[in-house]
Amino acid sequence: MKTFKLGGVHPAANKLSDKAPIEVAEVPALVAIPMAQNLGAPSKAIVAKGDKVKVGTVIGEPGGFLSSYVHSSVSGTVDKVDIVEDATGRRVQAVFIKVEGDEWEESIDRSKDIVREIKLEKQEIIDKVKAMGIVGMGGATFPTQVKLAPPPTAKPECVIINAVECEPYLTSDHSLMLAHPEEICIGVQILEKAIGVKKAYIGIEANKPDAIELMTETAKKGFPEIEIVPLKLKYPQGGEKQLINAVIGKEVPSGGLPIATGALVQNVGTAFAVYEAIQKNKPLIERIVTVTGKSIKKPSNFLARLGVPIRQLIDAAGGVPEDTGKIISGGPMMGKAMPDTNSYMVKGCSGILVMKNEESRRKAAGPCIKCGKCVHACPMGLQPNFLSRYSELGMLAEAEEERIYDCIECGSCQFSCPANRPLLDWIRQGKPKVMGILRARAAEAKAKAEAARAAEEAARKARELEAEHEEHHSKTEETHADVNAHLLKHSGPMPEDKK
Amino acid sequence: MNKLNVSLSPHVHSGNSIQRCMLDVIIALVPALLLSFYFFGIGALVVTATSVASCVLFEFLITRFILKQPASICDMSAVLTGLLLAFNVPSNLPVWIIIIGALVAIGIGKMAFGGLGQNIFNPALTGRIFLLIAYPVQMTTWPVSGEMGYVDVETGATPLSLFARYMAGDVAALQEMPDMLDMFVGMIGGSMGEVSAIALLIGFAYMLIRKTITWHIPVSIFASAFIMALICYNFDVHFAVMQLLSGGLMLGAIFMATDYVTSPMNNKGCLIYGACIGALTIIIRRFGAYPEGMSFAIFVMNAFVPLINKYVKPTRFGVVKK
Repeated sequence: MKTFKLGGVHPAANKLSDKAPIEVAEVPALVAIPMAQNLGAPSKAIVAKGDKVKVGTVIGEPGGFLSSYVHSSVSGTVDKVDIVEDATGRRVQAVFIKVEGDEWEESIDRSKDIVREIKLEKQEIIDKVKAMGIVGMGGATFPTQVKLAPPPTAKPECVIINAVECEPYLTSDHSLMLAHPEEICIGVQILEKAIGVKKAYIGIEANKPDAIELMTETAKKGFPEIEIVPLKLKYPQGGEKQLINAVIGKEVPSGGLPIATGALVQNVGTAFAVYEAIQKNKPLIERIVTVTGKSIKKPSNFLARLGVPIRQLIDAAGGVPEDTGKIISGGPMMGKAMPDTNSYMVKGCSGILVMKNEESRRKAAGPCIKCGKCVHACPMGLQPNFLSRYSELGMLAEAEEERIYDCIECGSCQFSCPANRPLLDWIRQGKPKVMGILRARAAEAKAKAEAARAAEEAARKARELEAEHEEHHSKTEETHADVNAHLLKHSGPMPEDKK
Repeated sequence: MNKLNVSLSPHVHSGNSIQRCMLDVIIALVPALLLSFYFFGIGALVVTATSVASCVLFEFLITRFILKQPASICDMSAVLTGLLLAFNVPSNLPVWIIIIGALVAIGIGKMAFGGLGQNIFNPALTGRIFLLIAYPVQMTTWPVSGEMGYVDVETGATPLSLFARYMAGDVAALQEMPDMLDMFVGMIGGSMGEVSAIALLIGFAYMLIRKTITWHIPVSIFASAFIMALICYNFDVHFAVMQLLSGGLMLGAIFMATDYVTSPMNNKGCLIYGACIGALTIIIRRFGAYPEGMSFAIFVMNAFVPLINKYVKPTRFGVVKK
């Protein structure tokens, strides 16, 4: 069975909710839909207090190139547009909507019929993906329309669907595959069409044999170009670079885009959202979220509307247990700890993990015994102990030499450290500083190159001018002298009037 | 509800600990320890108990009264140092010499550098080499296997000293040479824990299964020592295999050279480090003044570890060599 070549760890899977079917979460009386649900610029709210909205009505517009539309997930009246704290405690704008009934926009096809035929063309697909507010559903929330339009130098060869779900505890992708295999495959075909390729792989880790079987059967029945690739269990297989390496054996070059390998990676949840958007006209207004934890009474997979309070979802799974020490948005390896349960459901929230107090406490760090376990664990071939120490001591040149900028922050090093050293904490301190230095250096080099180009251009123009003078006024020595004098005086571009 | 903890990811840990790593190495030493009790009787017991107890005591005293730090003996590293020191000395070594060895191992080899993780040289090896130089007679008078007492035991030649005599022209030495099976099981003279190759290899297998260490250092030592022995001893395969089985080579390759703190960080570095140790060992054995070369080879290469770490980098992801 395939897997990625370097490093990796084996955290306990703890897929407590892998047998739980998808339950539709209740729609509350009031939702708050955050306007920052994607990577990049936040969206701009375009509704105001008193506006009537339906399910699927646009309430937020992209706030830049790397941004997304946001749609209302309920029908009702806008109550206010206010600031809320998101899952990480960041303050963001949100549209509060008082729920009245459940009226959907007429354009949305709410029937259960599966639409096979893909009528839209390449650009139409990309435009519609943008209009429907689709973002990467794996947690990174990268606006999908941007990813579907790679730079013209890229040569896409295949789509790779990330159905690895290597994070312990999470089962939202797993439950989605069991419920909607055919829709996912159609979504994959749409993605293929959008980037003009005819080959797709779906990478699934071996701990989901039922999903592997079902997806393989579905693909066999009508999607010959989709290949299901079972992968050997190893974290962080769901990392984009690791997944490409595992599935097609190529390595994303350091500092380059994943598309350089010819592969476009999309999460399985994104493929499903794309299906719904293109074939059913349904914007991204809900998603599957796993609510789980060892102390949770009923670990569940909910289909929840965006803007539903997180607290309500935990309550639906049996409530917040007394002895809770940490609540995480996402999985235990890369998820973010929430300061409280007052935030709201967003597009990127694949799981809510409740940890007991004792599980949530780190053990005291000991001295580094140079065992090299972090080096063996690192999927990027880095030496985390050195990176951590360099960051701690502010040795940024050394950190750069050790390629701190290649770190994907998967946490495998810290997970495996027998001395419980906060390796990734330190690396996170040093990495942005080194990236800043690299950016400044690149900007400086660019400015220098531009100045050199401008100077060269000026010299070239001057030579042309001189040649012209030679040709037309070869007899008038004075003009010649003028040009020479001018060349001596100006090292920059020539003034307009001399052109 | 409690106040929520908002530390950064990762939020889970493998559960591995320094103590667990040390304990695994100690467990891996148990087969060799039991066999040494079997071969050397009460002497092995006295040596082991003295060495472990004094290493732990010195570590406790130094952290408590000189460094004034919280006691670090719970991490089991002092126990391991004590065991390894005992493994590297003859089973009839006087108690007071062992105590001096323990003081040098813990005091100079480890704590003087700043304690666990900071030392450049393997502490047990530091103690052993000190004793070898300070008390050469006691350190190289090995009881023959099967002598169960502690004092007044019959002592005899080790395979390596016989080798040295043979290479110096004493053909009769070859007659005294134990056969290969005896060497493999450990029915030979030598330091307490080094005699039984099979017991040490069982420990190696255990550590590989537990992922305590990787194969790189021991295997590269075996390979390079074997090749170097072929070159140095007229391409005699039998001799070369005997070189692997004799002296502290097995013990050194599996337990001493693989010490976390004093070995390189990545696999490539470990291969270079191991290959150098293997070759150096045979060169010292063949051309040096001492018949035994493992300790010195590891000691020398310990000093090169920072340099290896600086220049040997692991295989990077996504970096194409130009």
